[in-house]
Amino acid sequence: MEKYEVRLSGSGGQGLLLAGIILAESAIIEGKNAVQTQSYGPEARGGASKSEVVISDEEIDFPKVRNCDILLALTQKSYEQYNHGLKDEGILIIDSSVKVADTEKHKIYSAPILESAVNKLGKPMVTNIVALGTIVGITNMVAREALEAAVLKRVPKGTEDLNKKALAIGYEIAQEAMV
Amino acid sequence: MPSNLVEKYFRTEKLPQIWCPGCGHGVITRSIVDAIDQAGLDKDKVCIVSGIGCSSRAPGYMDFNTLHTTHGRALAFATGIKLAKPELKVIVITGDGDATAIGGNHFIHACRRNIGITTIVYNNNIYGMTGGQYSPTTPKHEKGTTAPFGNIDKAFDICDLASAAGASYVGRSTAYHANLTTTLVKNALNNEGFSLVEAVSGCPTYYGRKNKKGNAVDMMNWYKDNAVTAAAAAKLSEEQMAGKILIGEFKNKPEPEYTSEYQKIIDKLAKGR
Amino acid sequence: MKKEARLMQGNEACVEGAIAAGMRFYAGYPITPSTEIAEISAEKLPYVGGKFIQMEDEIAGMAAVIGGSLTGLKSMTATSGPGFSLKQENIGYAAIAEIPCVIVDVQRGGPSTGQPTCPSQGDVMQAKWGTHGDHPVIALTPSSVKETFDLTVRAFNLAEKYRMPVLLMMDEVIGHMREKVELPDPSELEIIDRKRPDCDKDKYIAFKPDEDLVPPMADFGIGYRYHVTGLVHDETGFPSNSTKVADQLIRRLVDKIEMHKHDIIQWEEENTEDAEVIIFSYGCVSRAARTAMKALRDKGVKVGTFRPITIWPFPEERLLELAKKVKTIIVAEMNLGQMVLEVERICNNVTKIDRVNKVSGDIIYPEEIVAKVEEVL
Repeated sequence: MEKYEVRLSGSGGQGLLLAGIILAESAIIEGKNAVQTQSYGPEARGGASKSEVVISDEEIDFPKVRNCDILLALTQKSYEQYNHGLKDEGILIIDSSVKVADTEKHKIYSAPILESAVNKLGKPMVTNIVALGTIVGITNMVAREALEAAVLKRVPKGTEDLNKKALAIGYEIAQEAMV
Repeated sequence: MPSNLVEKYFRTEKLPQIWCPGCGHGVITRSIVDAIDQAGLDKDKVCIVSGIGCSSRAPGYMDFNTLHTTHGRALAFATGIKLAKPELKVIVITGDGDATAIGGNHFIHACRRNIGITTIVYNNNIYGMTGGQYSPTTPKHEKGTTAPFGNIDKAFDICDLASAAGASYVGRSTAYHANLTTTLVKNALNNEGFSLVEAVSGCPTYYGRKNKKGNAVDMMNWYKDNAVTAAAAAKLSEEQMAGKILIGEFKNKPEPEYTSEYQKIIDKLAKGR
Repeated sequence: MKKEARLMQGNEACVEGAIAAGMRFYAGYPITPSTEIAEISAEKLPYVGGKFIQMEDEIAGMAAVIGGSLTGLKSMTATSGPGFSLKQENIGYAAIAEIPCVIVDVQRGGPSTGQPTCPSQGDVMQAKWGTHGDHPVIALTPSSVKETFDLTVRAFNLAEKYRMPVLLMMDEVIGHMREKVELPDPSELEIIDRKRPDCDKDKYIAFKPDEDLVPPMADFGIGYRYHVTGLVHDETGFPSNSTKVADQLIRRLVDKIEMHKHDIIQWEEENTEDAEVIIFSYGCVSRAARTAMKALRDKGVKVGTFRPITIWPFPEERLLELAKKVKTIIVAEMNLGQMVLEVERICNNVTKIDRVNKVSGDIIYPEEIVAKVEEVL
């Protein structure tokens, strides 16, 4: 059985809820099961935010992440808050602005997600799509075609090209991070 | 012919009504059916909704689709009926406490939406059914069982409140001025949007007795002598107007009605398909 | 026809189910975590000729729903704890005046403003006793997105069939989570409409029940001019001060549900045949219970699960049968012990009963249930 428990964390307004939805949808496009949940504070922007996705070939009973396989942390705060939940052999994917603790033992991939959205695309609002390209590029938990189809299904009309580009850049920086 | 109106529009087997001798509510209720008759409405298409209190017992005696709801909520129930079935003529009968205390929020929002509901507030300046407690329209310094030393609250002017909140038709009459009440209610029924008619009603049993207003006849005479039309009031000073009741039609400014506006959305979406 | 698998949120599935069941009127007030139900209803209803209105408060939302239903439209409102408290007044009205309608409560942490974005099951006793006076209650509780769709349809069907308010008790997890669903084709659904009178218009006795204790209900505005009140009333619908009439009315309202409880009550059980321990849970906690059961079964522990789908009326007959066969029933719920009171009432002298409770705003985890099972064994 293939099962991924994924936690996407950052600050409110970075679009991680939508990223979780897209990730879950891409798993469904592939014929898998997926459940997406979220937790958030009262703030619409800022604060700490997390979106969780469980992907499995089998029926998913418990909907929340218990043994996190993959943690994305876009901010220092979210890294510090959620890192403890990542299992020992789990994968930690961080934005390059995040400083990891000296004691950090997880396998780490650091990628310039926030910077790429701003500097390469000029649109910080596609940070979430860059992040999706990065984490899927590193983990291959869903196929790229399924991910792209899910992205196109959920993003606003007229932004398809921008989001495709964002996804491609995510894959690009994933390759660099794995070197 | 009053007897014809009673036969035609009342559930005669439910009469006599529960109101006290000398209460103004019966007169006002008759004016409402008179207005319905003059407006030529179909009984099957009229829905009368009320809340809780003396006035809110009126629909039980009236031969229409009638709904006696919870305290203060008549306008909220009526809003559901009107929006769900705009072809119905929806009339709300309510009291001063029902409409402006516990139902105050529903009242101002129904006015604001300009939804096609004709509301008649029977204002007797007291909670009659529970035995004479002061209401939001009990004048300052007057007494109720819960204001034994005189009421220190400032009273609402229901018409000003409705007008400010956005009602497109507003008027006031008294139990003495039965013909004026009929005219105002008829005009209100002809207004597409939200209409408010305040009908000042005497409660000799509680308000009158607590505040030494005399018997029912004295109270009727007081309305006759102290009600002033807007035209007459224009010639009086503020001092001369003190303690008087301003009656007549205060506002008649038709504006787009809520359920019609909603129907436009439905029609537009249907066309876009 | 192959059904399309979709990723759908629980709150969205609720609206999909409602519209499939025939909902054409929604009145409500925004409140987390139920707001998506209002938002999606606002967007979808005008497309099917239905009406949506955001009222000035929760009380008005419930009142307007009753008004909408009286005109013949299937009507719904949705809320969460604080709004559920405010709606109780007019839920009682709908019970005594026998108005079909659906009230959704997406439960969050309480009391008061509590934890607006966190799940809870703290309103299940309020669902039973929230409004004053004796009254009938039907409350359903889904544990998945798909079941939210199904039970919303069922809530409308039961409301229409028995002329009463029906409560759909969701929780924040079920309301907000998204999962894969395949919705049935609308033609496959059983849709029930209220009984309407077929008698002459002047012969209609508005609250005279048929043999099933349910009176046929006329739409307002089609010629059956009748009276509806929240006061105790006789069969004609007019208020009565008679003690006999009052007794008959309240008993009939309650008996209406008692008489049909076998049609209403649903539950799900798994691995109960050889179980020594049963985990009793409902709503989102059932998903933790199922995970816990599988983990324990893998270790050879004989555990089963029992999940009421209808929480009111409570599936007491079946639970009692099971209680006689097991050593312990563990009731896991996100409150400090509410449904466990009902389990204790029914099974107290028959088996041991233990609890897993949580009010932190976090869901109960499978590990917590596993630990409790291992502790009692």
